[in-house]
Amino acid sequence: MNRTEDRTPASAPRDLTRRVRLVGLGVLPLALLGGLIYFFLSSESLLLGPSPVPPEALQRLTIERMAFYPGTIVVWVRNTGPGPVRIGQVLVNEAIWAFTATPGPELGRLAQATITVPYDWVEGEPHEVKLVTDAGLVFKKQVDVTTTTPVPGWRYFTLFALLGAYVGVVPVFLGLLWFPFLTALRGRWVDGLLGFTVGLLVFLGLDAVKEAFEAAGRIAPVFKGEALIALGLFGSFLGLVAFGRRKKKGEGEAAPPTGLRLAYLIALGIGLHNLGEGLAIGAAYQLGEVALGAFLVLGFTIHNTTEGLAILSPVLRAAPARYHFLLLGLLAGAPTIAGTWLGGLTYSVPLAILFLAIGAGAILQVVYEIVRFQARGTSILDVLSAPHNLAGLLAGFLTMYLTGFLIAV
Amino acid sequence: MDEQGEQRSQLSLLEAAMTRRRFLGGVVGLGVLGTATAALTDASERPPIQPHGPTGAPAPYPTHPAEAAPVVSADLPSPLRVRDPMTFLTSFDTGRVTRVRGGRVQREYTVVALDGEVTVAPGVKFPAWTFNGFVPGPTLRCTEGDLVRLHFLNESSMPHTMHFHGFHPANMDGVFEVVPPGGRFTYEFIADPFGLHLYHCHVMPLKKHIHKGMYGAFIIDPPSPRPKAREMVMVMNGYDTDFDNENEFYAVNGVANYFVEHPIEIRQHEPLRIYLVNLLEFDLINSIHTHATFFKYYRTGTRLDQYEYTDTVMLCQGERGIMEFTYRFPGTFMFHAHQSEFAELGWMGFFKVLPAEGKS
Repeated sequence: MNRTEDRTPASAPRDLTRRVRLVGLGVLPLALLGGLIYFFLSSESLLLGPSPVPPEALQRLTIERMAFYPGTIVVWVRNTGPGPVRIGQVLVNEAIWAFTATPGPELGRLAQATITVPYDWVEGEPHEVKLVTDAGLVFKKQVDVTTTTPVPGWRYFTLFALLGAYVGVVPVFLGLLWFPFLTALRGRWVDGLLGFTVGLLVFLGLDAVKEAFEAAGRIAPVFKGEALIALGLFGSFLGLVAFGRRKKKGEGEAAPPTGLRLAYLIALGIGLHNLGEGLAIGAAYQLGEVALGAFLVLGFTIHNTTEGLAILSPVLRAAPARYHFLLLGLLAGAPTIAGTWLGGLTYSVPLAILFLAIGAGAILQVVYEIVRFQARGTSILDVLSAPHNLAGLLAGFLTMYLTGFLIAV
Repeated sequence: MDEQGEQRSQLSLLEAAMTRRRFLGGVVGLGVLGTATAALTDASERPPIQPHGPTGAPAPYPTHPAEAAPVVSADLPSPLRVRDPMTFLTSFDTGRVTRVRGGRVQREYTVVALDGEVTVAPGVKFPAWTFNGFVPGPTLRCTEGDLVRLHFLNESSMPHTMHFHGFHPANMDGVFEVVPPGGRFTYEFIADPFGLHLYHCHVMPLKKHIHKGMYGAFIIDPPSPRPKAREMVMVMNGYDTDFDNENEFYAVNGVANYFVEHPIEIRQHEPLRIYLVNLLEFDLINSIHTHATFFKYYRTGTRLDQYEYTDTVMLCQGERGIMEFTYRFPGTFMFHAHQSEFAELGWMGFFKVLPAEGKS
């Protein structure tokens, strides 16, 4: 069958038959799958026999979040097991405690309930909540250092904005102030600086991936944290690569980005990374898992000053207009504030994983573009192993490693 | 869940029916033995000890296996069944009393080992191994010198025994004569010495067989009865509901916080006697403390003239004692383990002391 035949009016019915057949072939496996599912569900005992494990033994509850308000502990719990679960008892610090569950203590698969426990918790001390199911299984979560949970409001809104500004915005702009100094650099020193930038970024990317996997370990397996990481990482990496080389009107071949365009891409990548960082900081503050001291904030500030440097490296010879610096700084730094708001006021672990992975993908894309920019057609490995580049790269790793000590929680 | 639960209970009913059939086959053999001993028997000698009636309220924490079983043949005395901690508190199985050669009193009991879910705290169930379908097992009661004949039927899925504290021959010790599922054994010994004792399964792994619920109180009354008093049994226990070798809940008479929600009503100045047994597994000790009163504490109950006057006692597993006291003032008074942790995990209760009659 060929196309010329199809176009003739006489062949229209045949064309239709062909399409129906095609759709049929596409649907067939799905129909068979549906039949198989029906067969399994309707004759389970015939195929596999009754489950050797009582369904109660597979119960699983995940405590997603705990909040501490004066005289009250609130627990968000989700049924992440295969069947329904009823919460029978709530223990706080090894004591049976009265509780109310909204919408109720009976949770269907993946359903969420909010458990409110009137309890005079003690500031600064650990508190452990255990949920005992109808089958006697115990699911627990502990907060090591209990503090009052921020409630959305002006106080925390401004607090988190300040925190985000200190940690993300200020250091990026401080880094940008190096521009006049850096433009004075010549040849190989610029290569070294680009290598240094790559070092910084690789470190940040790895850090974000690690954080994402750590967060993935904290959520229920049913939510498949690894899938979220893959989605965020590859989605942002490939998406930004595509975005970076989309054709402008009137341009011929799509080319790898250079100069100011590359700087904006780096700023965007760092911005996405900082969003994830902000989420982590806000969440840590809210979960009471760390006491965010001035030293920690200072550590992040020093650590992140290097990010401004990274943005500058592709535009040293371009002398862009001043407003570009403002935009670049905001693009890289301001997402930190949004992150702290999101993380501190409405924390969702799956969302954090996704943002961390997106940040990591963005960083990796920037690394890829810088190296390609430097390579200019030669081998990437040749570029990276050139003495100035290599020295810069290693210096970048080392700088991040050493300034990272300042953030040790 | 409900559907699955229903299927499972149907399954257990079916299993119960099958074991019953198997058991009835075995009873024929016993019948022959029964007629032999019947010739030696006499009418009941001593009136059964009258338990104070349970409060009329319906049982809020039903225990499941007891509903379907045990059902035993007419040859055997029917096993004592309780439905909640309150009925357990004042239920004593004094056996089927007959007289044997020499005028000795014989008390025959039936105890059935059953698997089943029990409620250990409101909303929490535990897959228990039980004597007669409830945890703790029935309180067995006799008088020093009585001939105890206890028919033990194992209708559970695991091998079990009954090991009594007290004097008895080696083959009545309930250690080596393991009773397999579907099997039976008759324990026979002269009750001695008087006091408050206990029984429990002694099959290995012992820790497992005890923490699953196979234990109960065993009272041997002195030949001349103790002074008249309102009598109660309190068996202190705990539950490891997630099987990590630590108790999630602590209780007295089987259900955490039961007597908090259902205070024990007593009268001001009313003489009270509590038979207290500790069968807590995993934790080294247990204790009881009564608020606003002191009690005479007869350790193991083996002496009538020696006691301690206190309001708090500590017991290791298997330790027991008899408490005698009255309440001087009306009102609601707490009693609990004086390990605060146990108390807050369910080993707590209230006495509601009503004003003495005529005073109100």
